[in-house]
Amino acid sequence: MLYFSVPLGKLVRRVSRLRGGGSALPGLVVEKIDPGFMQRTLSTLPLGVAVVSGTNGKTTTTKMVVELLESQGLKVFTNRTGSNFTRGVAAALLGDVDWRGRLDADIAVLELDEAHAVHFVNRVPPRYSLLLNVLRDQLDRFGEIDKTAQLLQHIASKTTGTVVLNREDPRVARIADTLDGPEVRYFGLDDSLLSTFPNDDDLRAGPGSPAPALPAKPHADVVLRRVGTDDADFEYDGATVTTGMKLRGVYNIFNAAAALVLARCIAGNGAAPTDHGGLLKALSEVAPAFGRGESLVVDGLPLDLVLVKNPSGFRLGLKSFPAGGYATMVAINDNYADGRDMSWLWDVEFDSLREGGVDQLSGSRAYDMALRLQYDEVAIGAVNPEIAPALAAFIQGAKDKPKRIFCTYTAMLAIRRELSKITTVEVVS
Amino acid sequence: MSPASEESKGTIRVLQLYPRDMNIYGDWGNALVLQQRLRWHGYTPELLEYNVGDDFPADVDLIVGGGGQDSGQLVIQDDLLSRESTLKELAEGGTPMLLICGLYQLFGRFFKTRTGSVIPGIGVLDVETHGTDERLIGNVTVSSPEFGDILGYENHSGQTTLGPGVQPLGTTSKGTGNNSSDGKEGARYRNIVASYLHGSLLPKNPAIADFLIRTAVERKYGSFTAGTPDDRYAVLAREHAARRPR
Repeated sequence: MLYFSVPLGKLVRRVSRLRGGGSALPGLVVEKIDPGFMQRTLSTLPLGVAVVSGTNGKTTTTKMVVELLESQGLKVFTNRTGSNFTRGVAAALLGDVDWRGRLDADIAVLELDEAHAVHFVNRVPPRYSLLLNVLRDQLDRFGEIDKTAQLLQHIASKTTGTVVLNREDPRVARIADTLDGPEVRYFGLDDSLLSTFPNDDDLRAGPGSPAPALPAKPHADVVLRRVGTDDADFEYDGATVTTGMKLRGVYNIFNAAAALVLARCIAGNGAAPTDHGGLLKALSEVAPAFGRGESLVVDGLPLDLVLVKNPSGFRLGLKSFPAGGYATMVAINDNYADGRDMSWLWDVEFDSLREGGVDQLSGSRAYDMALRLQYDEVAIGAVNPEIAPALAAFIQGAKDKPKRIFCTYTAMLAIRRELSKITTVEVVS
Repeated sequence: MSPASEESKGTIRVLQLYPRDMNIYGDWGNALVLQQRLRWHGYTPELLEYNVGDDFPADVDLIVGGGGQDSGQLVIQDDLLSRESTLKELAEGGTPMLLICGLYQLFGRFFKTRTGSVIPGIGVLDVETHGTDERLIGNVTVSSPEFGDILGYENHSGQTTLGPGVQPLGTTSKGTGNNSSDGKEGARYRNIVASYLHGSLLPKNPAIADFLIRTAVERKYGSFTAGTPDDRYAVLAREHAARRPR
């Protein structure tokens, strides 16, 4: 089995690519004929496996960790296609191993969806895990937030080396109490930035409601102290460092603190001494993953795509990208990958769009969004559930303005497909 | 949307029950819709909150309560039992109430968990709920004799059975509703509308919102004169939601 599973899997991968097929099929084939393939291949890596999970920001954070480690001269294997399921990891491995099944890398950094990560870590206990946050997302899949926290706890409990936790997310920080094996490190936020990260428990705890008492915060290896328009301050090793940032959005930059903690842990265990200047330079150059605060150019003016998939993400998106001067479109789909339940739109406040209004609404639930905006007294230009004509009308109607589109996952894919006809859009294979 | 200068026809005090611990899946949407539609009908809304340990406000005209995770339900459970007589009195007296998901269950007689432990409810509604391993999730359409088609989204593993003291809110034509066997959704008792439906429920079902508002106003002021809310988007959102898969 061992001898032909890799060549066969690679062959299936080539054929399915030629046919323009999905990225997971070859993974499925190799998993069927050689169930030990993934575990065997990953176990050969000298620095082991690092898993990145959580509700928001997995893709961008994984990309940051990879680029930070590469700045240290490490060879990194990652599942950069966003196929964040076990099968997707196996498929990505097939692309990178040679015909004899050898993987030329020092470490694997893998983005894993919470539910699938549980199966993955049962088979491949990671040396490192980075757990970002637990937010209301796709609750029709996982049921409840506390359930999602349990999934992350399981990932942490299977980690053999170091677990990196978000100090500011109570459900994530609490995981530390349940661990006795791995070492725990934290990333954190300055108190002055906490208000830009309302967590789901604060959702309706308005002024006047007593806030639950906070236990003393543990020390964080890296703390995000300040976010500017194109730079940020990080504090670590007792000093505050200012660095330019290409990333936009406070939440992306907070995840940069997360990536920095993990990369420092891994680099610190590598053969060569950590190149701190190199880490910082790499951090300043990280660009967002596709659709995550990505800026394209249309008619010589920026068009920002902001992925929104849960109330916290949408609120952060609205806060991080002020509406002033921009034409705004919102596209809400309710396909399986977006989540079918529209309730989440009612947990976002849209007052910040009131002044300029929203020019265009689209997506299969465009009218749910219209209804939501009506109740927040936000003026609406046009509504068209069909994405292609809605996007064309939006671009046509705001020729002289920078543009911003808030969109759910599958709406973003459709918008990128349309945009690729008129501008350069990064190809994601 | 009446101009601010127009004279208010009266004030309606809307109480949100446990918004801090029971606010999952867009429950705020229901409170917001009541607040705005009161304005659009020409009345002044006064939005109040009741959380664990608070004094219970006097002169409440309308009550709205939502769902929570298991942890949220544990937090409010004792406090809710301590308010049993107050809430029963309001319910029996005809105060309109909207109870969604978790509070629908806890306004019933009891919730028996999968492991067999019994969480007592306050017994305002003649219903009982049994925890199951099956999670009922997806879009729902209910046909109601009183409100026409009701559109929403369910996400629950407790299954509720109605006793003779309450009527169902309606019969499901898509989705499951109260339980996986009898095809009924929600409960009606006096001026209480109880339902498993999120979505949020009231935005896409303005008929229910207006029933709660009209009842509250009539009880307080004797008669209700409706304004003219613009429901074009609600109509279109309903049409599109009805066509979506389960």
